[in-house]
Amino acid sequence: MADREESFSFNRHVLAYIHEAAAGGLYDIRGLGAKRALPTFDDLVFLTASLSRYPLEGYRERCSTRTVLGTRSAKKPITLETPITIAGMSFGALSARAKEAIGRAATAVGTSTTTGDGGMTPEEREASKTLVYQCLPSRYGFDPDDLRRADAIEVVVGQGAKPGGGGMLLGQKISERVAEMRTLPAGIDQRSACRHPDWTGPDDLAIKIAELREITDWQVPIYVKFGASRVRNDVKLAVKAGADVIVVDGMQGGTAASQQVFIEHAGIPTLAAVPQAVEALEEMGVLGTVQLVVSGGIRTGADVAKALALGADAVAIGQAVLVALGCNAAHAADGGVHRDVTADYERLGTAPGFCHHCHTGQCPVGITTQHPELERRLDPAEGAQRLRNYLNVLTMELTTLARACGKSDVHHLEREDLVALTVEAAAMAKVPLAGTSWIPGEGP
Amino acid sequence: MGGRPRAVTLDVRALGVRGVNAWLHGEGQAAGGGRVEIVHPDGAHNLAVGLDADLDVEIRGHAGYFVGGMNKRARITVDGSVGWSVAENIMSGTVRVRGNASECAGASGRGGLLVIEGDAAARCGISMKGCDIVVGGDVGHASAFMAQTGTLVVCGDAGAGLGDSLYEATIYVRGRIEGLGADAREEPMTASDVTRVEALLRRAGFAHAGVEFKRVASARTLYHWHAGLGHGAY
Amino acid sequence: MCGIVGVLVKRERARTQLGTLVVPMLACMDARGPDSAGLAVFHDATPAGARRMSLFAPDRAYPWCTLADRLGADLDGTATIVAHENLAVATSSLAPTAVRAWIETHAPAVRVLGVGRRMDVYKDVGRAPDIARRFDFARLAGTHCVGHTRMATESAVSPAHAHPFTAGEDFCLVHNGSLSNPHMIRRQLEARGIRFETDNDSEAACRWIAWRLAEGDDVETALGRALRVLDGFFTLLVGTAEGLTLVRDAFACKPAVVAETDDWVAVASEFRALAHLPGIADADIFEPRPERVYTWAVDREP
Repeated sequence: MADREESFSFNRHVLAYIHEAAAGGLYDIRGLGAKRALPTFDDLVFLTASLSRYPLEGYRERCSTRTVLGTRSAKKPITLETPITIAGMSFGALSARAKEAIGRAATAVGTSTTTGDGGMTPEEREASKTLVYQCLPSRYGFDPDDLRRADAIEVVVGQGAKPGGGGMLLGQKISERVAEMRTLPAGIDQRSACRHPDWTGPDDLAIKIAELREITDWQVPIYVKFGASRVRNDVKLAVKAGADVIVVDGMQGGTAASQQVFIEHAGIPTLAAVPQAVEALEEMGVLGTVQLVVSGGIRTGADVAKALALGADAVAIGQAVLVALGCNAAHAADGGVHRDVTADYERLGTAPGFCHHCHTGQCPVGITTQHPELERRLDPAEGAQRLRNYLNVLTMELTTLARACGKSDVHHLEREDLVALTVEAAAMAKVPLAGTSWIPGEGP
Repeated sequence: MGGRPRAVTLDVRALGVRGVNAWLHGEGQAAGGGRVEIVHPDGAHNLAVGLDADLDVEIRGHAGYFVGGMNKRARITVDGSVGWSVAENIMSGTVRVRGNASECAGASGRGGLLVIEGDAAARCGISMKGCDIVVGGDVGHASAFMAQTGTLVVCGDAGAGLGDSLYEATIYVRGRIEGLGADAREEPMTASDVTRVEALLRRAGFAHAGVEFKRVASARTLYHWHAGLGHGAY
Repeated sequence: MCGIVGVLVKRERARTQLGTLVVPMLACMDARGPDSAGLAVFHDATPAGARRMSLFAPDRAYPWCTLADRLGADLDGTATIVAHENLAVATSSLAPTAVRAWIETHAPAVRVLGVGRRMDVYKDVGRAPDIARRFDFARLAGTHCVGHTRMATESAVSPAHAHPFTAGEDFCLVHNGSLSNPHMIRRQLEARGIRFETDNDSEAACRWIAWRLAEGDDVETALGRALRVLDGFFTLLVGTAEGLTLVRDAFACKPAVVAETDDWVAVASEFRALAHLPGIADADIFEPRPERVYTWAVDREP
């Protein structure tokens, strides 16, 4: 027997966790999303065209990516040029320059961005042609003037990283500006409520949605977002409460700061959430009338295509946006000069490729920070160009796969275009195991 | 448009809530001032929400949820009682309820003044962010929960869990406090507290003396995460 | 999530008005609960030994008279049926357990919604105004009633899952909210031999309270205990032969309003539902406090 045999359940990570808990007496808080191995969209593949189906040529034979959200009740639904939207991330979690870069890229590509916990910044409204305004339990910085200037409203019941949890921002990120927007003393650790202050439950949500509609004179769509947990029930209730668009955020969804235990042990994988949401919409008879946006670990054009094939109308990306801007890269621009910032990662106790330290406010690449010296490491124009490139790649990958399935519109992708590589993925996504007609759990 | 403000009557039974709000947001705000009377509210929700105008609005009867939600500048009076979340997220202006208010009155209010002449129920002033709230009667449990800034003045009694997780808002209570919430504590009244309370009482129309009130504020022990607080604090 | 309504009429001569009072309340609460609706009504007691059994059939053209005849013949007794489409009330001196057993064997599609000497229960899937019209709630007379409109949160939308839930005799419950420990409550009761019809959390609350009543608690004590045992958010309105009882959990996040005059007491999830009651302008209107049990008893002449 080897002298160095690692225990499977008391492995190095677990030992380190217990040592830290014993030393500090406080739970671990970090950023980004679940890092554990999970069934993901990688476990699904497309059945592209061969003899029985005809593919479309790239470039010449159009594959439409136009996406419309919010057709149920609003006078002005949202029209996007791509089904890939930018998820809510707060100013406070992100720097002002990061928000600006994101807005500019989204506008260039023809998609929407979303405000976060803390309210709308003027830079963000100016940079984003289509801006979704979040209404969160904390209501930090919530302003009816911003509500009226928004292109859509997103009532946030929860997020995938921590369904049932409230927001969190540690004191090192509560700069004077952030504090003023959130009406908090600077430098304190922000505690956020997990429930909305003025309504509880889907019956009262219906009245709240009516209030938001009345204030905005029924002009704009109202989204309801929640972390993927009891997805089927939640989608039905959101529809009954009057939502125009449902946003389901799977457990891989990121956060700027949350308890580790929440990130890893609450919520279900995005892969399992999508079919439940779609079935719920079908049962309510609103598939197509109420649109579905899916988020939580969307990384590639293939992920987007698979989400659409399973029935989503659009996706939202969060963590991937940060990575496109430079998250976990070894280099950053400091005063216009690109240099290696690995040492800054090491100061945080991590390294490029492993970092999840958004909560510290010491982001080595200047994205999730409020420190002016660190903020300078992200140039908004360059960041916007990088993100725009990435969004274009995603869209091109999406249309490549869609064309190969013979679709002239990405929204014509369907679940029958997919098969699964593992039994878990087949059961969760409710598509057959490759080479068989077997969907675990369904029928004889 | 100059001259004396004209009074317009809007009948909820005839126009519906949408019709009433559409008029208020449109002609009402364009007029740049004036008086509006809303009749037959019959407990309807979302009356006079999202106003941004120099209007005087009187609601004659009981109203439902979110009356005066997100109000800016307007002066709204309800001649009756209201449901949940009256004046939620109020930015400026005044909302006055002559009867009682149900739960979450003034939730997340950021400015302006909310007056409840009767009682307010649970969670009055929850998450308040700078508004002033004056309650002529009692407030229910968990009032001023996570209240960040602003002032809550209670002329009657306060229910359990008052000021739980309080930030920088201040609470003044004239009657009994059933119980204080986490991190809330009673502090001695200073001369400036007395002046502040009396100024708010005057604006609200109550005649009590400031010295009759107790001051409740945050002990500020929850401002930073640290192990010494023990698991009960989280 | 849901809407709750309840009315207790104080004056005997006004008992014929019960239905007309509650129908607009139910219709108003349709917005809170579009999936199903129900109403339990309490009126004059059957003679000693006789019971009323409220029955449901899935078929709107169900042959109730045939059922009554066969039941009476097989069990050697009589059952008088008053029916509206797929709901019926059977009055009989036959033992309820025998009738239930007979129905399970010979008419398994029929469900027993409730049993009592005073209580009739009506419930079905659909919108509240339609249900009120189909079963002519406006004609109902009695001392008090408990009604509900349902927005299903976890369990299915079906007639069985609609409220009011009943247990024992002359006992019903409606619930607005969501219990967070219904399954363990259910398992504890199943271990005592109590059978459940649905996986609905409200049924767990109903059978738990009914169990306490069967163990000798009075309604106030049972509901007081329920506050400790049931977890989650709940406003509960209970109807018994004696009257109405209301309780809200400690957080009181599910709304409730009470209005009272010399003629009636009314409970609803929103004031809007009470706005058209006669005399509302002068009523004493209040919001029930959390963790306090409120009871209103019918004034019966000795």
